[in-house]
Amino acid sequence: MSAPVSASAKISQSRFADIVGPDHVALDPEILSSYEIDGVAPAAVTRPGDVQEVAELVRLAAAENLAVIATGSRSKLGIGMPPARYDVAIDMTRLDHIVAYDPGDLTLAVEAGIPLHKLAAVLAEQRQFLPLGVPFFDRTTVGGTIATGVDGPLRQLFGTARDYVLGMEFVTGEGNLTKSGGRVVKNVTGYDLHKLMIGAFGTLGIITKINFRTFPLPAASRGFVATFDSAEAVLDLRHRIARSALAPSTIEILSPGVAELLYSDAAARIEPAALPPNLLSNTKWALTTGYVGSDRVLARYEMDLRRMADEAGATGAAVLSDDLRAAWVRKREFIPIALASSPATTIMKLSVLPTRLAEMLDRGAAEAARAGLRCVALARGVGVIYFASLPPDPSEESRAKISGATARIAAACSEFAGNSTIPWCPAKWKSSLAVWGPERADFAQMKKLKTVFDPRGIFAPGRFAGGL
Amino acid sequence: MNRDLIRSLEQLLGNDGVLSSREDLLLYEYDGSVEVARPECVVFPRSTEAVVQIVALSNRHEVPLVGRGAGTGLSGGALARHGGILVVFSRMNQILGIDIENRRAIVQPGVVNLDLTRAVEHAGLHYAPDPSSQKACTIGGNVAENAGGPHTLAYGVTTNHVLGLKLVLPTGEAVQIGSSALDPAGYDLTGLFVGSEGTLALVTEITVKLTPLPETIKTLLAVFDTIDDATETVVDITSRGITPAACEMMDGWTLRAVEAYVHAGFPLDSAAVLLLEVDGLREAVEEQAESVAEVCRLHHAREVRVARDAQERDLLWKGRKNAFGAIGRICPTYYVQDGVIPRTKLPATLRRITEIGRKNGFEIGNIFHAGDGNLHPIILFDARNEDEFKRVVTTAGEIIRFCIEMGGAITGEHGVGMEKDHLMPLLFSEVELDLMRGVRDAFNPKGFLNPGKIFPTSKGCGEIRVRPLPLAGAMAR
Repeated sequence: MSAPVSASAKISQSRFADIVGPDHVALDPEILSSYEIDGVAPAAVTRPGDVQEVAELVRLAAAENLAVIATGSRSKLGIGMPPARYDVAIDMTRLDHIVAYDPGDLTLAVEAGIPLHKLAAVLAEQRQFLPLGVPFFDRTTVGGTIATGVDGPLRQLFGTARDYVLGMEFVTGEGNLTKSGGRVVKNVTGYDLHKLMIGAFGTLGIITKINFRTFPLPAASRGFVATFDSAEAVLDLRHRIARSALAPSTIEILSPGVAELLYSDAAARIEPAALPPNLLSNTKWALTTGYVGSDRVLARYEMDLRRMADEAGATGAAVLSDDLRAAWVRKREFIPIALASSPATTIMKLSVLPTRLAEMLDRGAAEAARAGLRCVALARGVGVIYFASLPPDPSEESRAKISGATARIAAACSEFAGNSTIPWCPAKWKSSLAVWGPERADFAQMKKLKTVFDPRGIFAPGRFAGGL
Repeated sequence: MNRDLIRSLEQLLGNDGVLSSREDLLLYEYDGSVEVARPECVVFPRSTEAVVQIVALSNRHEVPLVGRGAGTGLSGGALARHGGILVVFSRMNQILGIDIENRRAIVQPGVVNLDLTRAVEHAGLHYAPDPSSQKACTIGGNVAENAGGPHTLAYGVTTNHVLGLKLVLPTGEAVQIGSSALDPAGYDLTGLFVGSEGTLALVTEITVKLTPLPETIKTLLAVFDTIDDATETVVDITSRGITPAACEMMDGWTLRAVEAYVHAGFPLDSAAVLLLEVDGLREAVEEQAESVAEVCRLHHAREVRVARDAQERDLLWKGRKNAFGAIGRICPTYYVQDGVIPRTKLPATLRRITEIGRKNGFEIGNIFHAGDGNLHPIILFDARNEDEFKRVVTTAGEIIRFCIEMGGAITGEHGVGMEKDHLMPLLFSEVELDLMRGVRDAFNPKGFLNPGKIFPTSKGCGEIRVRPLPLAGAMAR
């Protein structure tokens, strides 16, 4: 199903070509359909070659009142509500340059459309990296990663993008090219508007350039996996690590059933690198943690982790060497693997304080079981759960089960003073699910910002939380 | 000021909650900067509800409103530039909740920075942002300015440690933004309000992260015979990917001033010292300390001293953190800048600062967060000498322009305030400033909350302004 081409979009097509050149405007229905969001296709796809063209496209769209959605690799367009209007896609992938890289200063400026894995390769040559080990890693652009605010396991040690994005350049809803922050690692000059862009799904501006601080690659890294019989026991190890002197780069908790998912054919299609057999058990809970340093430091980690795992009642424990990176890569791709494992995968994101993680995981599993749904969960030790329900089909019966289960899980999450959303579910179910979670008191303040940045409401209308 | 308004404030807060006599107000016309502005009245609320009422009164009487913590700020952020009511949060100084297991605390804005650390260190935690004024400055003020400190090199600045805020908006509405649990849906309002220099809302509660204390700390003092060797060491440490917890530099001029006051054992005949700290796991700290020392020696450090115990460490830090007080003893007035540059540009920038000073007839001291590239050149002058004051202004302007040419910024941690508002056009276009003004106006529509801050009053000049002379002795802190 495609939306009818609006009259004004048709009128503007030649003018899009004036801005980006005829080769970079697509009207072919097949191409348009590849930019669909929840079944809604744009009337035109434009592929600007520089920031000025982005600004001009937005100015034209603003003048013609056309709804604009910026896209990168299009790996995460499924997150959020269907667009209320969608006239023009601005494909950012031609803006894929490294603008500046000062390895000695550990700072970097890149255009938004650069693929994350390409950037990672350039940084690795200087033995540096960005702590953006996010899902869809091999496809996603840096801009898409930042605009959607997806997190990765390394947030345990490095925080999220807001902690290492130094500044940004972006185009506002009136087509003004603006910036905030800067290129230096410490800066309080002016409002931190770039923080608002992170996770805003392009509803405030189109990000054109991002400045980062980079980090040195560690000398060596190891992983540790311990298995447990209950959520309570596995979280006990998490809390012991938190109270210890160790500062691992990642801590994640896998529910029973994650093993089956990560060893599946769907997983192998998404990440061919094989997972070592018998690393994870399908009937156990597992805690995985990654840590870095010299041999002496790694030995200390291993000793302390083994002791704490014993104390927490682990049923098994193993140390993984660098060579077993595949294990971590498949885990990183938990979300795409879950999405590929059922035609109706529904993933909730549940944030709670770490001491509520065990209860939240148990409540989620109990509600899913009550609705007769297969479920798996991956939790980050900092207090974020990705809770995936895998119905056998996208039928009405499945929808009713999901609707009931997600509502009860969200209620439990609120009871625990947590935050819940449903980033991924079948498009046709979205109108009956609380995709962006319960209404928040501060949405009214966010609306004030939306009016400042995008006064005509042309950026991704209807897509984001609170109707922003 | 309107007697009715003062009476209403007194009814609300009690007589001891309002100051309005000239003698009392004089105490509040300064902060830690060279700026001066006198409020028309000072109030001391004890609750969010009282702040809501104060905002309502200021709305009704259409007078400006400015929040203030301990008044240690260095850019005039907490000064009542256009008069009005100064809201001092010193009586809202309660720690409302501490959650050790989840490493969270909720505090009122008047809680002194170091007091929060003291309240949680028994559990092996601390509040990581540590401005040099941490014994006096408040967390509310830190939030307004997005304050930094020596250890922010490894631990991040204030914004990296704040999860949520309770705000009283200039419209009189109290709202909670952010949350103790991570990733609330919607825009990162907390990220916007932290560092907004009190121009968007008054903050009445702050939810912060607490950070584990490291297992081991090693503090090193590296002594150099030239400034270049010291700055090259910083460049090399950074580019090797060694991230110390702190990397502070003091030049010879500054450390002689400090040593006379603190007696920390700084070598008086050296050209510069680096105060370096590494922390973390015992095993990692030993190795890191060794690699840091090795880089120092590679760049001709004549001595690398490791603090033997906590006492020696405290003494070294006392020297660093009290440096500005020490300088206050030797000169009636000084001007401190806060420019930031890429770390790779440190040697060239320090050389240039010396040249600029010499050209204008000043010896400029440097004591700063070298690891962050956050400079604090100090220019001593006598404010009573008009010619000298003009030359200070010229000197400061030349330094800040050089920082910008190097790809830097005008303020790393002190804030723009009323001190650097006119420099904003050097970094931001009129379109960019208009967007920021739009954000301010969206929350502060009548503009009476902290007026005259951040944004240049006259458009597009970018010149260092010559101000009325500050009173002599103002800076002798």
